[in-house]
Amino acid sequence: MRERHASQAARQAREFESFVAGAGGRLLHTATLLTAEAPDDNPRARRLLTLSLAHTYASWDRLRGEDPYDRTRRYLATRFAHGAWYRYGVLGIGRRARVHPASALAVLTAQERLILVLRLYEGVAEEQAASLLGLPVERVHAICDRATATLLHPPRRPAPAVAEAKVAPS
Amino acid sequence: MNRPEREAAARRIMERTPPPLPPGLHADVVRRGGRILRRRTRTRRLLWLLLLAGVLAFTVWALTARPWVEPPSDPTPPSIGW
Repeated sequence: MRERHASQAARQAREFESFVAGAGGRLLHTATLLTAEAPDDNPRARRLLTLSLAHTYASWDRLRGEDPYDRTRRYLATRFAHGAWYRYGVLGIGRRARVHPASALAVLTAQERLILVLRLYEGVAEEQAASLLGLPVERVHAICDRATATLLHPPRRPAPAVAEAKVAPS
Repeated sequence: MNRPEREAAARRIMERTPPPLPPGLHADVVRRGGRILRRRTRTRRLLWLLLLAGVLAFTVWALTARPWVEPPSDPTPPSIGW
């Protein structure tokens, strides 16, 4: 009995390791897009990913046929959504304070990034994204449209800070 | 540009430069996940213990107080002034 238990635990550990090896790269890319960090310097995205995968690890033997990738992604998205309002500002106030300019999605707000990444990069259906975030489907649709437009035609930025710094001392 | 084209273009922008996977990820995840599991076990144990203590306290109280026994009827009031 004990032996069977041990062998089952070892099998689950192997399964989880291969799951991390297989899904980790894509999930880390998703997390990095969400936190809008540079691809090679993403401590917040790594932390988000580690926490999400740890939760999947803790419920690994109670998944009952549920897709572990989907579960991890849901946890990642909701955790980012809950943390976003104080990390990235509300209503666009100070929203670029912690955003790296090298990120592909630096021009978007945290909510726009979340919806755009879920809908287009991860391919989650509109209804599922809406229920996950607790928003009406129409609103998810509108935000996704607006985010796509902003991403493809970024608004003209105010004068870069570097130029201002050079001008100021003279 | 129509909708599918716009979505495809946005997808292409997002798919550029995937970040490299950190080497110690699996070990880190297992360490944190193990901590979550241990915390859950501790919480569950504590709750069971609390439940057990509550049941025990109730039983002891019920056996000593015997709330189901009918209280003895009051004696007649003492007569005064005779």
